[in-house]
Amino acid sequence: MTALNRLVPLLLATLALSAVAGDHGRTGTPMPPAVAQECGSCHVAYPAWLLPAASWQALMGNLPHHFGSDASLDAATTAQIGSWLTANAGNGNGKHARETPPEHRITRSAWFQREHREVAAAAWARPSVKNAANCGACHAGAAQGDFDEHAVHIPR
Amino acid sequence: MDTPQPWLRSAAAALALAALPALAATPAELLAGYSARAGATAVPARGQALFTQRPAGRDWSCSSCHGTVPVAGGRHAATGKDIAPLAPAADPQRFTDAAKSEKWFRRNCKDVLGRECSAAEKADVLAWLLTLTKPTKVNP
Repeated sequence: MTALNRLVPLLLATLALSAVAGDHGRTGTPMPPAVAQECGSCHVAYPAWLLPAASWQALMGNLPHHFGSDASLDAATTAQIGSWLTANAGNGNGKHARETPPEHRITRSAWFQREHREVAAAAWARPSVKNAANCGACHAGAAQGDFDEHAVHIPR
Repeated sequence: MDTPQPWLRSAAAALALAALPALAATPAELLAGYSARAGATAVPARGQALFTQRPAGRDWSCSSCHGTVPVAGGRHAATGKDIAPLAPAADPQRFTDAAKSEKWFRRNCKDVLGRECSAAEKADVLAWLLTLTKPTKVNP
């Protein structure tokens, strides 16, 4: 690998980080109760800006096969939740989500992996964390959309 | 028991409707509904077996997320999210909304069994859940 090849990802990461810096004061339409209720039954009701609209559309179009679980909803509720998610999705304009991550998994987004690169593998594996979908284990305000890194507390 | 006057029955029905939110029900009413659709009396032991046994070749049982005796809380097998106790004795909100119960039976039976549950299976599981009582002593 040439020095330039090593440098390019670093430069890109630096640029991306500076783009998301100071990115915690979110605006947008407040989360409708249906989103908190339905999405929040099985996991944190992830803020819409964590994925781009294309990912939300793909996920909402395939709820009966949702990461290995049947998350099917009636058509009206699916439409209501889907329209809020896409309207408030990450759009690359100072938001985290700009590219469609593999499998539409938030945790496989480049920005997610970058922002969590200092978290040790052993921390993820702790029973109190269990997996990367369990935002609230370390981000106490996750259910309210607060992921401020100054409030992060990694459980022992 | 005497048959009430028709007007009294109507008034009582109107009062009951006014006092309850839409679709509100008791677990016993939901159980009666499932049993009626099944055309048979529910068997709690059969419900316990269905709930706790992982079907051959499948990844999960109901207990994978809800625990083997769901008077205690459970944990989502994939996401790790806490799940409130399923037994009505431990959480009085459980099985009080017919649509919500149907939604979760539909989803979770597909996850566990790869198909929807029959009315008889739902009746069996609910009948078993209704036999569970909240422990009086909590171990530290």
